[in-house]
Amino acid sequence: MGFLDINNVTKAYGSVEVLHQVDISVEEGEFLVLVGPSGCGKSTLLNMIAGLESISSGEICIKDRVMNGVHPSRRNIAMVFQSYALYPNMTVGQNITFGLEMHGTPKADRDKAMADVAKLLQIENLLTRKPGQLSGGQRQRVAMGRALVRNPDVFLFDEPLSNLDAKLRVDMRTEIKKLHQKLGTTIVYVTHDQIEAMTLSTRIAVMYNGYVQQLGTPKEIYDSPANLFVATFMGSPAMNVLQSRLEDRNGALHAVIRDASGQDIALRIENAPAAYAAYTGREVMLGIRPEAITDPEGADRNARNIQALTNIVSVTEPAGADTFVTMTLSGKDCIARMRADAEAHPGQSFDFAVNMDKAVLFDPKTEDRII
Amino acid sequence: MATTTDTGVDFRTRLQTWLPKLVLSPSLAIMLVFVYGFIAFTVYLSFTDSRMLPSYEWVGWQNYDRLFRIREWNIALTNLAVFATLYIAICTVIGLMLAILLDQKIRGEGMLRPIFLYPMALSFIVTGTAWKWMLDPAIGLENTMHLWGWESFAFGWIKDREMAIYTIVIAAVWQSSGFVMAMFLAGLRGIDNEILKAAQMDGASNFQLYRRIILPQLRPAFLSAFVILSHLAIKSYDLVIALTGGGPGNATALPATFMYSYTFTRNQMGIGAASAVIMLMTIAAIMVPYLYAELREKK
Amino acid sequence: MAAASTETAIRSSRFARVLIYLVLLLFALFYLLPLGIMVVNSLKPLSEITGGNMVALPRDWTIAPWLSAWSTAQIGVEPTGLRPYFINSIVMAVPAVMLSTIVGALNGYVLTKWHFRGATIIFGLLLFSCFIPFQIVLIPMARILGILDIAGTTSGLILVHFVYGIGFTTLYFRNYYAAFPTELVRAAQIDGAGFFQIFWRIMLPSSGPIIAVSFIWQFTNIWNDFLFGASFASGGSAPMTVALNNLVNSSTGVREYNVHFAGAIMAAAPTLLVYIVAGRYFVRGLMAGSVKG
Repeated sequence: MGFLDINNVTKAYGSVEVLHQVDISVEEGEFLVLVGPSGCGKSTLLNMIAGLESISSGEICIKDRVMNGVHPSRRNIAMVFQSYALYPNMTVGQNITFGLEMHGTPKADRDKAMADVAKLLQIENLLTRKPGQLSGGQRQRVAMGRALVRNPDVFLFDEPLSNLDAKLRVDMRTEIKKLHQKLGTTIVYVTHDQIEAMTLSTRIAVMYNGYVQQLGTPKEIYDSPANLFVATFMGSPAMNVLQSRLEDRNGALHAVIRDASGQDIALRIENAPAAYAAYTGREVMLGIRPEAITDPEGADRNARNIQALTNIVSVTEPAGADTFVTMTLSGKDCIARMRADAEAHPGQSFDFAVNMDKAVLFDPKTEDRII
Repeated sequence: MATTTDTGVDFRTRLQTWLPKLVLSPSLAIMLVFVYGFIAFTVYLSFTDSRMLPSYEWVGWQNYDRLFRIREWNIALTNLAVFATLYIAICTVIGLMLAILLDQKIRGEGMLRPIFLYPMALSFIVTGTAWKWMLDPAIGLENTMHLWGWESFAFGWIKDREMAIYTIVIAAVWQSSGFVMAMFLAGLRGIDNEILKAAQMDGASNFQLYRRIILPQLRPAFLSAFVILSHLAIKSYDLVIALTGGGPGNATALPATFMYSYTFTRNQMGIGAASAVIMLMTIAAIMVPYLYAELREKK
Repeated sequence: MAAASTETAIRSSRFARVLIYLVLLLFALFYLLPLGIMVVNSLKPLSEITGGNMVALPRDWTIAPWLSAWSTAQIGVEPTGLRPYFINSIVMAVPAVMLSTIVGALNGYVLTKWHFRGATIIFGLLLFSCFIPFQIVLIPMARILGILDIAGTTSGLILVHFVYGIGFTTLYFRNYYAAFPTELVRAAQIDGAGFFQIFWRIMLPSSGPIIAVSFIWQFTNIWNDFLFGASFASGGSAPMTVALNNLVNSSTGVREYNVHFAGAIMAAAPTLLVYIVAGRYFVRGLMAGSVKG
């Protein structure tokens, strides 16, 4: 039993099931991120934890207490909303203490709690202002203050950063992470932004079509995606997925792809899992992250299996620190991430280095990773 | 320990889910009784031989049969057709014209707009009183023209059985056209200026701009204006009472005045109820599809 | 070049602009004239009206017609002037406006923030009630008022106006609250606020504009009503509009036009005042009643 248990939870509207058999156990102090495209069910799940939506079947427990049917205010949770949901008619101070007031906390205690939170978030000078007079970042802090002051068991965040501009979003992200490290609170955080998910979480649940596709640490999700959806959703630019054929050449497994001119290229696979054997001679999907394809000088020195690949460069996109180089492999665009000073030029041939340690294979039918 | 808090919590949650329905239910009950119950009752009466007091003797379609043979009712229907057509058409034309003119970056728009719109705030009784006198040949407009030396000027519509209905149109247009103007102006202000600029780049003249780009986008405003004006026209009662009293004779009778006089003055409640049902049907034929479409869109 | 230098997308020639102003001013005159003439002639002795020009200014300025209309003119059978009827209208309108606004606010809150099955149908039923011809309810209403023993009283009219005002006030508040962020309600729920606490502490403080719209629109409608007043109020309990109509259309004696005008302006004054002071909200009410989007 964890701190927050989501046991076989299903959500249905009439006969339409939008969330299927979700099963997640969150330990105390964990930072769980629910990530997925819009409509995947992540916000529905969060609202069910909050008690804002009913549970069709299954159980949600916090500290071993079943929460089904319990009013949101009795779950000892706090929520930070996408729009911040600050009460426009109240001052910042009143906003922060409204929940305590509703729960009958004496005024003196409320003021003390408010002062502590204001100090923690450095918003002491804003307490008498109305939300309308605040900037986006300040509203965000107040919304967090309102959640923190209740000292809840679980914090729920519903896309809290998506209304901020790009730079502020990065700053606030760091701030939330610092806060979590400092206070050690349990957090469930919903976002559609996979970078937020990677940077903030201790564990990620990738959701799609009402199913949890994969639950794991950021590293597991990134390096060992359970299926094609997780592989392509997490990471930017997305993982390259190439049609290829698994062949046994001279006793070693090779993934065979085609270059821009239609010539076969065989990439040797080392330490192949046993399951690969069954796919010998069959079509598989080869997944390679852009950063695993570099120029030979930029290749990872710790990698054991670097394979050479020569191909025509179609487009280069310098992005400051890196340069993204696009080529055609197996009839599709394939992106490589290189050092800024790699000498790749459009239309010219270039020697790529592929780190096959990081390559993964997917079954083309089930789209699951082959392990 | 856990169980006690759980039951307490349950009660509170259940109360919170019932409260909204509880709060809404008195209104719903009032509506069902005072609107839909009353409608049902009136419909029922229209099939009875009620006279001064409601009677419950069923007579079938007899009241409707008689209603359409009463000369005054047929006059009222003809009057309504004439009045509603002219009222809606003239209000729309004037309202649209004023809105378009006001939309030309007019200095003093802030002054003009309230002037065009203020009659809407007045009671029809006040409007009727004012126009009754303006249109009275002995002391109003005709008299003034005569005093100014235009001896041949004659404007005696209000005393003329043939023309009196048009005086109702004049007063009603005076009262409502500013409102139509406001609706069209809101529509015009909602049109994206960039579309107009693009059309001008494409070489559209001002006239083409209005005909091809702007007016088609005002469709919702046209529809709303039509619906509102037509239901006002069917309900028109006060203005006729104040302006002409339904006269001369019953030359300006409308269904609303007919219903009132048959029900409460002539003690023909069954016929009065039948006429009210016809009025409701006419309005429902316009409002129900409109409201249905509006509510569906919001989903 | 020209397009860049002017703000508006539509341009017109100098001649056209003169024409536009001319037309607009003519219409302004058309709208102002009846009221202006009423004001001018209410300040004339009767002889100047029957014998003179309606657009001429008074030669003898007098407020006698106003005093007569207010306190001595013959209304029906009693020479009471319009004053008691003016008071009737206020006593009728104020509670009816308050009640229908409060109920409309609660209904709007429930219909937008507490979704349940059938809410749209209920709203549709309420909405349709705004547009029924009131002739359809006159007969049963007269009977119910009789049964409740408030026929012919101001209380009866308060009830009638309250009942048939709910549809409009609900429409206003529903449309306003539909744009009110639902996340605020959810945040308040998590904070532990109940149904009424959310309404009082979160919704109402932000409802100023729509309360103004509802007050103004309901007041204008109720004050200007004639049909219900004429049907359900008898003699001394009649509202202002009915009294004015009695004054103007009384068949006995000399027609005192100047007194009629003074009375008409008195009947128009409260709603005109509201319009001048808060015209912005008045227009919003009109729009909300016509375009439900």
